[in-house]
Amino acid sequence: MNRVAVTGAGTINALGHCVADTLDAFANGTCGIKPLEFRDVDRLSIKIGGQVAGYDEAEHFNRQQISLYDRFTQFTLLAAREAVAQSGLTFSGDLSVQAGAILGTAAGGMNTWDDNYRDVYEGGKNRVHPFVVPKLMNNAAASHLSMEHNLKGPTFTVSTACASSNHAMGLAFQMIRSGACKAMLTGGSEAMLTFGGIKAWEGLRVMSKDACRPFSANRNGMVQGEGAGVFVFEDWDHAAARGADILAEVVGFAMSSDASDIVMPSKQGAARAIAGALQDAGMAAEDVQYINAHGTGTTANDKTECAAVADVFGAQADKVMMSSTKSMHGHLIGGTGAVEFLACLMALRDGVVAPTIGYEEPDAECALDVVPNVARTAKVTGVLSNAFAFGGLNAVLALKSV
Amino acid sequence: MSVKDQVVQILAEQALLDVSDVTMDSTLDDLSIDSMGVVETIFAIEETFDITVPFNANAPEDSSFDISSVAAIVAAVEGLVAQKG
Repeated sequence: MNRVAVTGAGTINALGHCVADTLDAFANGTCGIKPLEFRDVDRLSIKIGGQVAGYDEAEHFNRQQISLYDRFTQFTLLAAREAVAQSGLTFSGDLSVQAGAILGTAAGGMNTWDDNYRDVYEGGKNRVHPFVVPKLMNNAAASHLSMEHNLKGPTFTVSTACASSNHAMGLAFQMIRSGACKAMLTGGSEAMLTFGGIKAWEGLRVMSKDACRPFSANRNGMVQGEGAGVFVFEDWDHAAARGADILAEVVGFAMSSDASDIVMPSKQGAARAIAGALQDAGMAAEDVQYINAHGTGTTANDKTECAAVADVFGAQADKVMMSSTKSMHGHLIGGTGAVEFLACLMALRDGVVAPTIGYEEPDAECALDVVPNVARTAKVTGVLSNAFAFGGLNAVLALKSV
Repeated sequence: MSVKDQVVQILAEQALLDVSDVTMDSTLDDLSIDSMGVVETIFAIEETFDITVPFNANAPEDSSFDISSVAAIVAAVEGLVAQKG
């Protein structure tokens, strides 16, 4: 089996338009959740989110590109440009056919759906732009990524709600570990902060009106975010041979299905994915100093997640740090694991563990070290990144420092 | 603005050219407007003139809407606008 190196990282999210700004925000415990700005927001009962601020699509794309790129595709392409530039890779010749893209998204081109439904239902228009379908389809981002970077190998999109990005990165990891590919662009993107997107989530009554406070006893729900994270996963020997700067090693991945409920999480399902990732990585609980939690800030997730970690880690659960950066960037749904992967890289590479901000009151059912409110300096050599989706689909990644 | 001038403007915008570079005998190939560009152009024509253009992208040559040159497109649009009259 081949080892898998991470040689590039890129992002755009509520905390910044690049990795450096995002890591600064993580280290400083900055909150990117603010009042939402889009039309008809006054008709929503949920008016906050982790929106990408100061963003003008015309600064990055021409008119023709904008007619084809939904916001989720734009975020993907921008994050990927940063990641590919850092990796130093050029995809040509043999590498081009041995490289692909596996991305996660839950809703794909939600802005395109929303705008065009508005035009035909509310506006009474009987004609839509010819590119509505290629713009909104869930694989649009992966396809445009393959065109922009000449990736001619396995390229597709996975959609498993809040676990989409982790499933995508896990598959990309397996693709390289098995020898099927030399390099993969992977991660995910979401741009669901539209009137229709938030209105749909409001219906579930799991959203907070004021803040995302994971693991805090006074938590009152999740807050949505948007953005993308894209990474270059590369065959270790390929990366080492060209002298690439290796950011971290992906060492394990496991998935499981609760097979029980369409929204309520299961401790057993989550625990099987956590234990499975450790086993796949050949790691013991003692080898893990940090877990990037799914940590949505809902009552159900947070206590189930803590119970699952306690089950798998046993006595070691009292020593491991576990934080949820959703408190800062919001829940990017299908893109969330990708942005959270950055916190894993920061812990492994810089020895800085991102905090869970908004933490106000201990909860006996979440009695782990959640790195409350302030980032912590620590030597971290092994991490896990959890994602537990609606539909009971769980995906956990394991990483090691170089 | 005449139908002709408006059609030329739509084609120029699609081809990212100046209107002066779009001549009556130009073909869509000359203007580097590909099949996706044709569909987008027809959408712009429909929106601009509030007409329905009989065009099937699966078989452009069988469509009654002639796109063989800029002059042909202008004539076809003038016909549709007159019918709407």
